[in-house]
Amino acid sequence: MSQSNETWGSRVGLILAMAGNAVGLGNFLRFPVQAVQNGGGAFIIPYLICFLLMGIPLLFIEWSSGRYGGRFGNHSTPYILDSMVKGRVLKYIGVFGIFTNIAVVSYYAYIESWTMSYVYHSVIGTFDGMSQSEVAGFFASYTDISQTTTGIPYEAVVFYIVCLCINTFILSKGLGGVEKVAKIGMPLLILFGVVLAVRGLTLGSSGASDAFPLANAIDGINFLWTPQFDSIWSPKVWLAAAGQIFFTLSVGMGTVHCYAAYVKEKDDIALNSLSAGFMNEFVEVVLGSAIVIPIAAGYLGLDWVLNNAGFGMAFQTMPFLFQQWGPTLALFAGVMWFGLLFFAGITSSLAMGTPWMGFMADEFGWSKNKGAWSFGLIALILGLPTVFFFKQGVFDDYDYWAGTVSLVAFAFFEVILFSWVFGINKGWDELTRGADIKIPVAFKFIMKYVTPLLLGWVFISSLPDIYNNITHKDTYNREAFATSYYAEKIGGTTDEATVKEVTENQVVLGFTNTKVSFLKAENKKVETPFEDQIVYEFEEGQVPSVMVGQKIHAGDEIAIGEFTNKVFYKNIGRLMLLSLFGFICILVYKAFNKRTKEGRATA
Amino acid sequence: MNTSALITMILAQGLVIGAALYFFYKVLTTPPKAEPDSYSENDDEPR
Repeated sequence: MSQSNETWGSRVGLILAMAGNAVGLGNFLRFPVQAVQNGGGAFIIPYLICFLLMGIPLLFIEWSSGRYGGRFGNHSTPYILDSMVKGRVLKYIGVFGIFTNIAVVSYYAYIESWTMSYVYHSVIGTFDGMSQSEVAGFFASYTDISQTTTGIPYEAVVFYIVCLCINTFILSKGLGGVEKVAKIGMPLLILFGVVLAVRGLTLGSSGASDAFPLANAIDGINFLWTPQFDSIWSPKVWLAAAGQIFFTLSVGMGTVHCYAAYVKEKDDIALNSLSAGFMNEFVEVVLGSAIVIPIAAGYLGLDWVLNNAGFGMAFQTMPFLFQQWGPTLALFAGVMWFGLLFFAGITSSLAMGTPWMGFMADEFGWSKNKGAWSFGLIALILGLPTVFFFKQGVFDDYDYWAGTVSLVAFAFFEVILFSWVFGINKGWDELTRGADIKIPVAFKFIMKYVTPLLLGWVFISSLPDIYNNITHKDTYNREAFATSYYAEKIGGTTDEATVKEVTENQVVLGFTNTKVSFLKAENKKVETPFEDQIVYEFEEGQVPSVMVGQKIHAGDEIAIGEFTNKVFYKNIGRLMLLSLFGFICILVYKAFNKRTKEGRATA
Repeated sequence: MNTSALITMILAQGLVIGAALYFFYKVLTTPPKAEPDSYSENDDEPR
């Protein structure tokens, strides 16, 4: 049966699925960290303005494009774009809308599998009595696939494959399966989120300890929401806000197009897109801000949060913090937290399977089963390097190219195509057809001028970084295989380090770093220097070439021998991503030939 | 909590909660379009 015969069960189901697509791990982990790093309460002002000027217009554009393409039987971006704008090349821009999803799900499912595993470990009490460093060490050993925390060999790989199988099985049930998961997962996610948020907001100073006597959750909330107006005019803050809006809504991926392609011409998309978009904002701004930062500040203090806030807190810190609530509450809190992250993850990863399935059903008549299992298989092949070479940086490299660059590039192209090539008047007609709400006409102007300019700014600002990544300028060990190893960027106040210790397989560098403290009375952050160190570990056949007391700068040789650098693993990953992109281009070309033979080709 | 943090939080969260509830309420209370529409659960006959 072709997938194009599929329909959504209900309007609420569609909205929950679309909100589930947008709500992801970033709502709970990325948003609060971005806010902390970009002016606290001042961040929310550019954030909400970017939501209005970029987020909502992009949602309008993607819902409209999707429904328009669906009218011609197209459920994925290559031929959705093709139905909007005639031209042989444009369908290849649409390849991004399939490529990004498969590439992202290949590593995203790995994080999702961590949440599954951590639910399991919370239930069996693995974290009971562990110190903070032991919990952090548990994560390190879990992602080192040669070690096992349960006795299952290659545990991380097993959980990853199980997670992909769950996704694939649900996808094989078609839109009905996706909708059912959204209808169960989203309410549970919100329920778990509310319980943990209430705990975060009411924790106060009850979590202070001998080690952190000044810890107070209110400090975290204060810092998150006190506007620091001196940072509001910083372009860096605006860029961070635009980036957060962009990533939180899952735009530029092709999933919104795919879901909207199953909506009929006369049915509303304007109100649906606003409802799903604001549901995502509720999870992010209301729940996301009230869990990680307040709870961490409540037990470890605001200064710790300012110096350590990051994605890793979810797995390396939260299980330890839950332990402070006693074994029973820790179990429930662990299940709720990692369960919440699992639902946030799976509702997004399921969405990523639908463009591939839609494309293969539309063009080659593939069944849901065939589409789903082929998707799972490709994701597995592409994702295994991120599991096996996680510590070599393949995971982060995938996230950069597929989860960042591709999204921004595709969104920029699609906005230009929609507003300038397809035409804003036709686009506006499509958006307002069957609308259950009146959209202010100002959005027509915003979609034509403001959104492309904002996106263009985000895209152009990221170009230097893209160049540095392509040329491996982010490391001093740029050769795949080398006979010397060079010190990486040192950081700190002077960018200079001193060799403190040299052994057969280790070099320890000492340097002056800075840590951030928050002065409550003056309501400002101050940086104070402290002595920090970097440890380089070497294997057999690698010998340190420095002496104690020697001054070291980034790029100086510190060891000789035979080295296989991270660049080697990253290049393998990049080759795989390029191969996937090329493979989908070939499929689009084959589909075009098939359409030409059948007299369905548009150009 | 300090006053400026409290005001910013209430305004930002109030705006987001209000808009999310308003739009979802509109979705729930808007009468469905005439069949055949995009949704199968409200069909008289199974498709």
